[in-house]
Amino acid sequence: MKQQRFEQAHQREWQDFATQLDALERGKSGAEYRRFGAAYRRLCQHLALAEARGYSGHLVERLGQLALRGHQQLYRHREHLGARSIGFLLAGFPRLVREEWRFVLTAGLLFFGSLLGMGLLVYFFPELIYSLVSPERVAQMEAMYDPDASRLGRFGERGSGIDWLMFGYYVMNNVGIAFQTFASGLLLGLGSLFFLLYNGLTIGAIAGHLIRIGYQDNFLSFIVGHGAFELTAIVLSGAAGLELGWALLAPGRLRRDEALRRAAARSVRLIAGVLAMLLIAAFIEAYWSSMTFVGAPLKYLVGALLWLLVAAYFLLAGRDRHAPD
Amino acid sequence: MPPHATSPAKPPSPPLDTRYSVETPEGIDLVLHPAGLVPRALAFAVDLGIRGLILLLMSIALALLGELGLGLMSLLFFLVTWWYMVLFEVLNQGRSPGKQLLGLRVVHDDGTPVGWSASLTRNLLRFVDILPFGYTLGILSCLAHPAFKRLGDLAAGTLVIYREKPAAPPQLPEVAPLPAPFPLQLAEQRALLDFAERQSSLSLERRRELAEILAEPLAVPPEQAEARIDGIARGLLGPA
Repeated sequence: MKQQRFEQAHQREWQDFATQLDALERGKSGAEYRRFGAAYRRLCQHLALAEARGYSGHLVERLGQLALRGHQQLYRHREHLGARSIGFLLAGFPRLVREEWRFVLTAGLLFFGSLLGMGLLVYFFPELIYSLVSPERVAQMEAMYDPDASRLGRFGERGSGIDWLMFGYYVMNNVGIAFQTFASGLLLGLGSLFFLLYNGLTIGAIAGHLIRIGYQDNFLSFIVGHGAFELTAIVLSGAAGLELGWALLAPGRLRRDEALRRAAARSVRLIAGVLAMLLIAAFIEAYWSSMTFVGAPLKYLVGALLWLLVAAYFLLAGRDRHAPD
Repeated sequence: MPPHATSPAKPPSPPLDTRYSVETPEGIDLVLHPAGLVPRALAFAVDLGIRGLILLLMSIALALLGELGLGLMSLLFFLVTWWYMVLFEVLNQGRSPGKQLLGLRVVHDDGTPVGWSASLTRNLLRFVDILPFGYTLGILSCLAHPAFKRLGDLAAGTLVIYREKPAAPPQLPEVAPLPAPFPLQLAEQRALLDFAERQSSLSLERRRELAEILAEPLAVPPEQAEARIDGIARGLLGPA
């Protein structure tokens, strides 16, 4: 068949298809949906025919553009994000963390190891803190956890109408740290390593210092609650970053770019979970941890329960494949 | 028999330009045109400006709300910093406002529209692309990669492509259609048609020069070659 007859025979169809595409691209949906699949398949057939018959470049390109636009619409993601997120949080996330236990364990040892080590060092050799934290920062920390303060943490010296401010601040600050820890893992894992150790050492040094000068009740009762979520989340984002780096260092039988793509697809799901944990942590930190009218014992109790909850969640949730349905 | 003759259909040679071809489940090849550094940088600059404007306007509005406003402000800052790109790319068919303006869109490597996890990956890893300053790593990676991917694109398996605009129908010279003097192969047929369709973009001298190459196989004097090719192209399109 000559090209002009082919064009005449199908011109109408192509125009209709383009009109459908215009509507879909503007986000409209209508009765055309039902005919879209068939129209797209016919267009693909016409494109293949035009190529095989050696029709002119202009026609092939025009059909190719229509096919590309149709392809974009047919394979659009219309997933139910809400349902998927709930399923992920109930089962997928803890399951993923258990599957990635090597990275989680490594990141956990690095972070908590440096935290405890530095804490002990500062406790016994107090001047060590100044090698890591500036004197102004130390003074600021001391003021924040002063036993005489009525509210704890950052913004402690201000009134009670600022829970929102604290919530916003914690979300921005902590999620930023988690994202950095993850993303810098792309530098062969070195960035994640750095942020894990740096955060571990800093938190350890401050903890050791505050405990040594006798502010331990305020400090520990403040962090024990949200720490369950926040510290675990930092470890997990470090684990996700280490996974990225490891894919580059030891890609196994895959090409490096393929290994990186697979590792990224898995680790970004870890980060989605980390995000949820940090939102919970910021909520607890702003609305519960900063309260001083509840005594320290109650806070320790709640804190212990939260740690148990987090541990149980990661160890037990999602064991049964059918649970989230 | 040379060894390569036994192999089944030779894979098509890679295109001379930056086009990027993916085969779809429908059995057709989609041709994508990856966008290079400059349009992407411009799109990013537009997005940066829009984000700055949003933050500026909202901070003025929220400053009136006191501490609640400050809290909302930092939440907003968080959203705009980390989620602006992701939300637009996923919910607006791969186009942030800047990309939409520049006619770009983000797709997966296989040409399908970008989803949550790929978009989140490529935008979180932006943090590495901007290292050590001013997008140095991203620019280096973008310039070195055949499909102009920055590091985030490499990890997420995404491409930034041009959104093609339909070309105006070509004007073929008005000559009487002629039958081909001998059966043409597909590639030859395409070459003749392309020559006829691209006439308007070539100079007279260049057209002559190109057409004269075919004077001998078509058995015409060199000065008639162009008219003959146009005639054959016409004949290929419509009734001869």
